[in-house]
Order: sequence, then structure tokens, then C-alpha cells
Amino acid sequence: MSRILAILKKEFLQMRRDRLTLGMVFALPLFQLLLFGYAIQTEVKHIPTAVFDQSLSAESRDMMEAFSASGYFDVYYSTGGYAEITNMIDSGRAKVGIIFPPDFSENLKKGDTATVQVLVDASDSMSSSTAIATANAIGLLKSQKIFIQKAQLTNLPYDIRVRPWYNPDGITAYYMVPAILGIIVTMTMVMMTAVAIVRERERGTLEQLMVTPIRSFELMIGKIVPYIGLGYLQITVALLVGALVFHVPIRGSLLELYVLTLFFITASLGLGILISNIAKNQMQAFQMSFFVLLPSIMLSGFLFPREAMPLVIQYIGDIIPLTYYLVIIRGIVLKGIGFPYLVSQVAALLVFSVVLVTLSIIKFKKKIA
Amino acid sequence: MDNAVITTRELTRTFGSFTAVNKISIEVGQGEIYGFLGPNGSGKSTTIRMLCGILEPTSGSGTVLGYDLAREAEKIKRKIGYMSQKFSLYDDLTVYENLDFYAGLYSIPHRERKKRIGEMIDMALLKGREDELAANLSGGWKQRLALGCAIISRPSILFLDEPTSGVSPTSRRTFFKIIQRLANENTTVMVTTHFMDEAERCYRIAFISEGKLIADDTPENLKNNVIKGTLAEVVHPNALYIIDDIEKLPYVKECSNHGPVLHVLLESENAIQALNYYTGVEAKIIRPSLEDVFVSLAKQNRRQVS
Repeated sequence: MSRILAILKKEFLQMRRDRLTLGMVFALPLFQLLLFGYAIQTEVKHIPTAVFDQSLSAESRDMMEAFSASGYFDVYYSTGGYAEITNMIDSGRAKVGIIFPPDFSENLKKGDTATVQVLVDASDSMSSSTAIATANAIGLLKSQKIFIQKAQLTNLPYDIRVRPWYNPDGITAYYMVPAILGIIVTMTMVMMTAVAIVRERERGTLEQLMVTPIRSFELMIGKIVPYIGLGYLQITVALLVGALVFHVPIRGSLLELYVLTLFFITASLGLGILISNIAKNQMQAFQMSFFVLLPSIMLSGFLFPREAMPLVIQYIGDIIPLTYYLVIIRGIVLKGIGFPYLVSQVAALLVFSVVLVTLSIIKFKKKIA
Repeated sequence: MDNAVITTRELTRTFGSFTAVNKISIEVGQGEIYGFLGPNGSGKSTTIRMLCGILEPTSGSGTVLGYDLAREAEKIKRKIGYMSQKFSLYDDLTVYENLDFYAGLYSIPHRERKKRIGEMIDMALLKGREDELAANLSGGWKQRLALGCAIISRPSILFLDEPTSGVSPTSRRTFFKIIQRLANENTTVMVTTHFMDEAERCYRIAFISEGKLIADDTPENLKNNVIKGTLAEVVHPNALYIIDDIEKLPYVKECSNHGPVLHVLLESENAIQALNYYTGVEAKIIRPSLEDVFVSLAKQNRRQVS
């Protein structure tokens, strides 16, 4: 016990003197959240659009009006030819091109199908899918109106009422802020502990530690525990920013969130400390950290829905702590659910923590070479 | 030896195809200052690391304080102190905090800790600088603080791996006085060094070269027995120019320079006349110093190898 305390005390002292790192711990959630909370919007609006209207009729103008009014298409350019519109999209000035044929108005009046061609730059799948869906919806809505008129109906045969729970207004920040918090915490925790052992190795102090009676588990525990406090500090800063700046509602119990977060912090620290035991120098430790952090961002469900991923990739996502924490934090913050719904996620994080720390303890040998 | 606290039997360590330590067998008695000498890369640090239990021997065996090196390393670690050439201190901790940290690692009881740290600060002449960061200490102070950290647990054996490299001569002297005092209090000290004046203060000296033990004796015996022949000192204005020619003379075994002074090892005392005739100056018969002994040992070893 005296030895764990000695390591703890030393780590705290060193942490306190490392002003730059300490500053980063605070600044990271603050700036990252402000930056990404605003930047990451999965809903794409105001897509630059070019129009080639060969019909020049009241009907084509009416249809254009419908496109603009949706808020998704901003008509920047009115072009005089097909080639020009192609050029606009090739050059990236426009992402969408809308082309009305010369017979658009006549066809509509005759009761034939009036075609509108919508060209979409699908090299960016996020904005293109929005454009495609919206264009189709506009077409359907406009058609529906004509049908109702022609059939002289007073109401539609079907009415599907969608109720988006938890985030009725579809505010991206509600969804993203808790996730960014998870990313920031796991990143900081992994990075900090990833260098914890290897830095001592590089400075030569590890050799000195090896000749003392310290035991492997004492060293690992002593190296991990001080960072738990740091993790909580970060989460507090992040939650404050989320609540005050982005008005993210915290619907569940804050206490529960704090308690369950512990397992996520320890899993991240375990991952870091294992890296530190494998890496030969700090450079390698950083590289390995990135190697595990990038999949955390891509595969955990942070940016892309996991349901959309192939099964194999989902399995890989299953061995990432953040995957489970995202369920926990989104669950508590947005859905207001509690521990009974999150038992399996908490259990997974607990298993991660125990396995990773145990591996580190086994891996660390009080021998050089 | 009855009071041996360190014994090794053909202790060997290889790194790949390179043999760093080659069948070294030594015995160190309690309370001795045991000097470990040899050129860089001769296997001194490797031997010390094995004795401290942080490096596994490839073959051979050894005991420290009765504990087996390979099987009971952790028991050894509780009773020894170790100081490496890098003075592995935490630069971002103060003098006091460094000492307090090691006091904690050795589980020194709280009520005794303050007193023990105070003793170390007195010993290391660091009074008044307790709250200074280790990073701000200069070489000699750092070295004594590192020593304080290594002996705060009052170890039975103290291993020092080139403790005085990069430290001023005054600090070296202060440091060795502390070592002497520890030995007087029955601490066994095993020290590697490059400095002859330090070697001179050891009770016993082991000389190793290319991983092999070449000599192991008291400084006195080494000076008397290693060098076969007569050593003569020649002061010559062109000492450096004639050194190679002198070495080729039939009655000269070895010749080395100490500044403008040449040390010439002759086959016998009679050859001095011939040498005087050759150099044109009067040579003086001298008693070999430890340095002469080591130069000679190193040369002998190189000849045997080649």
C-alpha cells in the first residue's frame, strides 16, 4: 500500500507541474466541443444549385420555387446550356443541376408526365443523399397535389405519423456533443497513459524503479488512478459546454452518468497502459494510440450508424470501448434511461478494464531486455 | 570467503551472438568496497544489472545476500541500493519529493520517514535546497541526491554504476568520502569506475575486459604482482615521437605515455643502461601505479585475444 501511495503521490506531483498538459486537458474538451459541435452537422442544407430552364414557363418557375423553398437547394446559377451545367458540377461550383426540358409545360398541361432532370454530384455521399431524397420528395408532393385536384379527394387514403422521440427537432448537437465527449475522454486517457511507462523507460527512471521492491500491479494501479480524476474533470468541462452552449438536455441522472463513466475511463486507461507496456519509445506509443483511436472514431457509431456497417466491421466495433460508452451516454443524456437498460454495456466496459489492466500487469517485467 | 555477501559462479550473459559477460566468478565480502574496472563495453554494467536482479543471466549462477539471482531477484531488491550512471532522478520533483518517493517505495514507516529524509539531505549536503527541483541541480548535487535515493532504505549492499562520470573532481572526492563512511558502517559497496584515484580506495579490484575477469585482487597485490619486469620512468622532450621506437627495442616489453613522461617496462633491471644510452636521458626506476597495472593488463588481454 505504501508503494502504491508513493507512485500516486509522485504522479500527482508530476501532473500538477506539467502545466501544458494540464491546460490541454481543460482546453481540449472546451475547444473541440465548440469546434465540432458547430461543425458536425449531418443534415445538409443550402446545396449550391444550377438551373437550366428550357421551358421558361410558369410551371417550371413554380417547380423551381418548390425546390428553393425546401431550404435544401440554393439556386446560385441560371445557365444557358447543358455543357455549362456540366462544367458547374465538374468544377464543384454547383453540387446539383436542375434541367427543365422545353416541353415541360406542354406535357403538364396535356396531362402527360413532365420530366425534370436532377443531376447530383454524388462524390460526397452525405450531401448527395440529402439532395436525392429531397428532390424525390418534392416531386411526390407536387404530384400528390395534382392527383388530389384531379380525383377531387378531400383527404389522403394513408397518413403516416412519425414521432421522432428524444430529439424531435433533429438537432445534431444533441446527438453529437455526448459522442464528442466520449471521443475526447478516450483520446486523452489513452494518450496520457500510453506514454506513462515508456517515458520513464526513456528517461532511465524505470530501471531505477525496477531495482526497488515495487510490484507490477502496484506500479500499474499507481499510474492509472491519478488519471481517473483527470477524466472526470474533462467530462465535467464537456458537460458544462454541452449544457450551456449547445443546450443539450441531460434527461437521465447525472450521478448515474458519472458512476457509469468510471468504467469507460478505466477501460481507456487500461488500453493506454497496455500500449505503454508494449511500445519501446514514446513515438511508438503515439503511433499505437492513433492506431486504436481512429477505429474508435470511425467504427464506434460516433460518425456513422453501426447498423449500416457489414457484420465483420460491426464485430470489430464490438471490441472498442467507445462503442459501448456511446450507448451509455446517449442513453442517459438524450433518452433519460438508467443503469437497468445499460447493464450489458457497463459489463463490457468492466471486462475491458479488467482484461487490459491485467494484461499490462502481466506484460510488465521488472527486467531490462 | 566466510563473510561473502556476493558470489558468482561462471556468470554469463549473451545478447544474441555477443557475449557481454563471460563466465565471471567473484566473491565480495561484507563491508568491502569492491571496485569494478574495465574499458567501456567490457561488461561492467551488465554484471551489476544481473546482480541487482534486473537482468536474467544466460548461464552460470550467483547469490546476493544468500538469495539466488535468477529465482529470488525480488528478495534481493528489498535489501540493495542501486545507482546508475544516469542519476535516474525525477527532474520535475523537488529534492525532498524525490527522497520521499523512494522512502515510500521501500515502505519506510511514516514516523521514521522525515528523520531518514533529513539524514539523506545532510549526507548529500543538500540542506537548504530541499524544495528545489532536481532539474535545477548541477552534476555533483544530482549525484549525491541520487545516492541519497539509493541508500534511504539503508541497503546492505550498494551498487554504483559509474557514479562519478561527468562530475567535478571536488564533487568526486566528496562523494567517495561518503562511500567510505558507508563501508565503515558495514555497507558493502560495489562500484564501477574509470578513475584510478577511486580504484585506489577500493579494498579489492576486479578488472574485466571483453566480458572476462582478468584480475581480481587488492590494489596492493595488483601493483606488486601483475607487472613482471622493471618499470622505468623516462622524461624526454620528444616522448610521443620515440614511444613506438622504444617499444620495438628487444629488452622493452611495453611502453606507454603519461603526458611528457614515458613508462617503460623492461625485461630486467639491467636493461636500464641500454635504455639510458638509447634515449640519452637518465631513466628512473619506479613502482608501478594502478594505472600501469591496468594498461598492462589491457594490453596483455588484447595480445591473448589476437
